[in-house]
Amino acid sequence: MPDYETHEYDVLVIGAGGAGLRAAIEASAQGARTALVCKSLLGKAHTVMAEGGIAAALGNVYEQDNWQVHFRDTMRGGKMLNNWRMAQLHAQEAPDRVHELENWGALFDRTADGRILQRDFGGHRYARLAHVGDRTGLEMIRTLQQHAVHNGIDVFMECTISRLLKDGDRVSGAIGYWRESGKVIVFNAKAVVLATGGVGKAFKITSNSWEYTGDGHSLAYWAGADLIDMECVQFHPTGMVWPPSVRGILVTEGVRGDGGTLTNSDGVQFMFNYITPYFASETADTIEEAERWYDDKRNNRRTPNLLPRDEVARAINSEVKAGRGSPHGGVFLDIASRRSAEYIRRRLPSMYHQFKQLADVDITATAMEVGPTMHYIMGGVRVDADTAQSTVPGLFAAGECAGGMHGANRLGGNSLSDLLVFGRRAGLGAAEYAGNLRATPKLDQEALDGVVKEMFSPFDHGSAAENPYTIQHELQDTMHTLVGIIRNKSELDEAMVQVRGYQERAQRAGVEGHRQYNPGWHLSIDLKSMLTVSEAIARAAETRKESRGGHTRDDYPDPSPEWGKVNVVVRQGPGGDMRISTEPLPQMPADLQALFEEAH
Amino acid sequence: MVRTIMRVFRGDSTGGQYEEYPVEVSEGQVVLDVIHTVQAEQALDLAVRWNCKAGKCGSCSAEVNGKPRLMCMTRMNLFEPGATITVAPMKTFPLIRDLVTDVSFNYEVAKTIPAFKPRPPEADGTYRMMQEDIDRGQEFRKCIECFLCQNVCHVIRDHPENKPNFAGPRFFVRLAELDMHPLDTVDRLELARKDAGIGYCNITKCCTEVCPEDIHITDNAIIPLKERVADRYYDPLRWIGRKLKGK
Repeated sequence: MPDYETHEYDVLVIGAGGAGLRAAIEASAQGARTALVCKSLLGKAHTVMAEGGIAAALGNVYEQDNWQVHFRDTMRGGKMLNNWRMAQLHAQEAPDRVHELENWGALFDRTADGRILQRDFGGHRYARLAHVGDRTGLEMIRTLQQHAVHNGIDVFMECTISRLLKDGDRVSGAIGYWRESGKVIVFNAKAVVLATGGVGKAFKITSNSWEYTGDGHSLAYWAGADLIDMECVQFHPTGMVWPPSVRGILVTEGVRGDGGTLTNSDGVQFMFNYITPYFASETADTIEEAERWYDDKRNNRRTPNLLPRDEVARAINSEVKAGRGSPHGGVFLDIASRRSAEYIRRRLPSMYHQFKQLADVDITATAMEVGPTMHYIMGGVRVDADTAQSTVPGLFAAGECAGGMHGANRLGGNSLSDLLVFGRRAGLGAAEYAGNLRATPKLDQEALDGVVKEMFSPFDHGSAAENPYTIQHELQDTMHTLVGIIRNKSELDEAMVQVRGYQERAQRAGVEGHRQYNPGWHLSIDLKSMLTVSEAIARAAETRKESRGGHTRDDYPDPSPEWGKVNVVVRQGPGGDMRISTEPLPQMPADLQALFEEAH
Repeated sequence: MVRTIMRVFRGDSTGGQYEEYPVEVSEGQVVLDVIHTVQAEQALDLAVRWNCKAGKCGSCSAEVNGKPRLMCMTRMNLFEPGATITVAPMKTFPLIRDLVTDVSFNYEVAKTIPAFKPRPPEADGTYRMMQEDIDRGQEFRKCIECFLCQNVCHVIRDHPENKPNFAGPRFFVRLAELDMHPLDTVDRLELARKDAGIGYCNITKCCTEVCPEDIHITDNAIIPLKERVADRYYDPLRWIGRKLKGK
């Protein structure tokens, strides 16, 4: 029987972005022996790329703001598919989490009287995003990282988890490998927190980093947990479109929050043509009113340039399809005509730098070309709102890999606050669960050996091996073309056929060479989770026969009241097959319901 | 499309050599794109560290034609079309494989810097800070920890034996940031002088030159920190004062 490097902990946190770090900090503060595992070096996780800010009803810029308004915005932005309790906890606790970061050393931009400044973002009624220029994610991850370093958390960097382990129904740990040496590592833990982020690397044009291969979604699914809302995928309206090699890199919503407007090739501010009845009462319907809104927000309605992301992404997609796009297939985003060069460089330094360096465009002088880029998955592991526990005892999930919080569409700025609020809750929930277990659940040696055999199989195929990079590129094409912003049954059916083909080929994906820092081998393993989430997204999208938020069907172009009452649930059947079902949404209590009936 | 030869270091701690890969380069590509092309088509096991490919995470540091750079922010059109481009791992850190080095030194140093400890908040439980008082700190907090400044610093690049006694530019930036933080209450000057070895730095500004975030490491962080240390420990009047007090 092989002997693997084995570590025992109360709480194992997988993923070291905002949610994972915050969970580890909390679990450790509760006295749990805590391990934090990450695929990259510490401080490099996808959180570092977040730009615009952290949404929290601090009321520093508009004192009328409060958690109820934030809750309402979040639910309406999510087209009411959200888990109401998560949205409530999120809105209530986000301000404390922001102040906590300041207590740990974060330096947010300030108001004139020295408080935390807040910026406008899409779908938020009031300026609400605490920020640091356009590098808020960096500030957040560094603050958490620097705080965590001094709190007795053991960090395992460049270590990939391949499978969760169970003792009966309970989680008992996880198995993976060190990327550097290729050696096996086993964790025996009472509780596991998944904080692995998203799935963007299954798509061709994405703002996501290499780590986003759907690991947490797949680990949970393979361990028997439920996934919900997998059809709800967010395409951020503004990614770079030119040159081709940078296509998809994020252009922060802060550009529009700080005064940028979208125009088509005719110079028309086309967003005025895409105001849906759902948002009509709170959106300016003339350019004049929208222009006045920038200076007088009390007496004017918001510019449609700041509608929620799903609305703006669909509008851009329509403009380009109608032949009114920019030269490289996007639309124009212009902030130079409203704001001074000095203002732009101060508020949006990364954007200035990124366009200058990568595209030879000076955004203080000319408009940017932008188009939709796959940015975020609202769907994820189904969790209990208060404890973040999944449907598998001992398995918790927080951040992007958890589902429910954002419904069918996430508002900008609500992700960083989600990471903090539910990272903390998951750490708390996991520590409490671990504290109530008398003994650490047992590892299943047979299961371990099976996973190890599978992990090493990419070296077994010799010259018959399929190139894993080729399979990934083809999968990205499929997901982009057939499971993109606008979907329909025939394309989704075709996508599933293609994904099954890749799954079959991925069995033979392989590389030559050895296990020391071998990216081809790593990708061969990552393909399995990318293909699992791709299948889940395509199948869930085929199931939901309506259009809602980040899920748009041209064969069912309208939202349906019936579909608005259910989650699409994905779980693994006893034979390893993927099962899809629908289940009713949790019922919102009357006092919260009332918030949606008031006139606004 | 222009055909270019990528000359890439292949090897591990036991040794290695440069290997040449011909690749087609398309418009707008950066060095990291071309390295990825090599990896996907010719050298599936080519080890390279990267995350965001947008200049925000600081993972893909390497030496391109001898100059320390982020591969994701280095446009191919910086070089003569068709010219051979040499990509090597950072020299100051032990090699793991190909372009990937062991940067754990930096994470060890980070642990030795005492945590931020704020003064008590205002009556309402929050803090007031003026923007002008945090501008400099925010400049320092732009650091993406690419460790290019550490890589290029002569004190450890040419003298690895100094590593135990020298924190390096990245951590002088961190120390300066904490020192200038309006809320922090911890004194780290003794650490800067002694364990972090700021005295070793002879202000050649190499760190500042390679910083992809344009942080003025030498002028804004290291020199003020050196001055603070000098004021306290090397000011003759203070020295006499300390002697008289028996400290």
